[in-house]
Amino acid sequence: MTLAPGSIRLDITPPLQYRLRIADTCLIHAQRLAEWCGHGPVLEEDIALTNMALDLIGQARALLTHAGQLAGRGGGESVNEDQLAFLRDERQFFNLTLVEQPMRKASAHAPGGDFADTVLRNFLLASWLKALWSRLLSSCDGELAAIAGKALKEARYHQQHNADWVMRLGDGTEESAARLRAALERAWPYTAEMFHRDEVDADAEASGLGPARDVLRAEWRVEVAAVFAEARLVMPADTPFISTGTLGVHSEHMGCMLAEMQVLQRSFPGGVW
Amino acid sequence: MNAGSVHAKRVEAAWAVLAGVPDPEVPAVSLCDLGIVRDVRDMSEAEGGGLHVVLTPTYSGCPATEVIAASVADALLAAGLGPVTIEHRLAPAWTTDWISADGRRKLRDYGIAPPSGSASAGHADGAAVAIRIRPRAVECPRCGSLQTERLSAFGSTACKALHRCLACREPFEHFKPI
Repeated sequence: MTLAPGSIRLDITPPLQYRLRIADTCLIHAQRLAEWCGHGPVLEEDIALTNMALDLIGQARALLTHAGQLAGRGGGESVNEDQLAFLRDERQFFNLTLVEQPMRKASAHAPGGDFADTVLRNFLLASWLKALWSRLLSSCDGELAAIAGKALKEARYHQQHNADWVMRLGDGTEESAARLRAALERAWPYTAEMFHRDEVDADAEASGLGPARDVLRAEWRVEVAAVFAEARLVMPADTPFISTGTLGVHSEHMGCMLAEMQVLQRSFPGGVW
Repeated sequence: MNAGSVHAKRVEAAWAVLAGVPDPEVPAVSLCDLGIVRDVRDMSEAEGGGLHVVLTPTYSGCPATEVIAASVADALLAAGLGPVTIEHRLAPAWTTDWISADGRRKLRDYGIAPPSGSASAGHADGAAVAIRIRPRAVECPRCGSLQTERLSAFGSTACKALHRCLACREPFEHFKPI
């Protein structure tokens, strides 16, 4: 496969892929959240959504910086956070497919959802990240454990805030409850990937780098179920579909999103503030 | 004067300078009051000499992190205490428990309710906590009433939430306990 001009190419090892899965999930989720900037339903939520995006970008920056340094130590060329965010091609991004799905519907014919989709995705994801960060506190990688210590507090706050909204919408009006149910139907099939164990997970588990994804499932389901009960939501049945963003195989939305996220560095290589 | 006491004096002088460096987003308190400055060390010749300052950022995405590092270096250089190296240390993670008693008083005087209670007491990391928190009553920094409500979980900076007092009717910011 040929690379786009200016792109970087990493030698992907299981430990690098494990770290990039977390970093990219934070980065791409933050990029989607940032699309709400200036469009929030009320000023307070506009500020909340962009604040959460900022936390996630901070987490992604720390993780990408760390991963880029390790890539250098592994014999390859060391790369920085900006190169990793802006000069990698789609197939070397390893985020969960859920986070690349269009979030805010920008116009009548554009893909994406409403505020219910947003708070629900935030809640599902923050609950997952919280379970992940709390286990990464004991990672054999000291830097990853340190990033987790900080990120855990932030994920907890994000989870609480979005859980409040899920309950408010689910237990609100007929309209808000119907919209939340529709959002759940759209998001749910993508949650299977959050708990799908593969060889990258097995490698991380064996080395003490971090947990395999299947380990997170029980805790996540308990916390999600508790909020769903108050929100009058029924947890849908699982489907056989397992999305593949964590393998670098993305949905049709990823390319469009990266084109927007990367256009500045692709057009003006090395440009800085 | 022996080498040890020279080092100690430089470190003491550095702490005195840093006690006067305000936080860029909450200038009523210093970086030391907030517990952001974790360590100051005068390095030996073998280590390259100069002051080594350890900072722990508050939030992962705090946009003030770079400004804070620059203002620390600027203040120490201006006081003739250079050269300075700055290290960002993530672990242990910053907590509002590190804000000094003096810092809490300054925050209150400035109109920001200091973090209520202890952040670490609420949830040992990893322990199960109810997701729906009923936040502890936050005291109005103006009239002292506990009849207050939260308007917004997120405020003008990453570290604050927006509240209002139901007694004196004034809005105020609350430093989120983390």
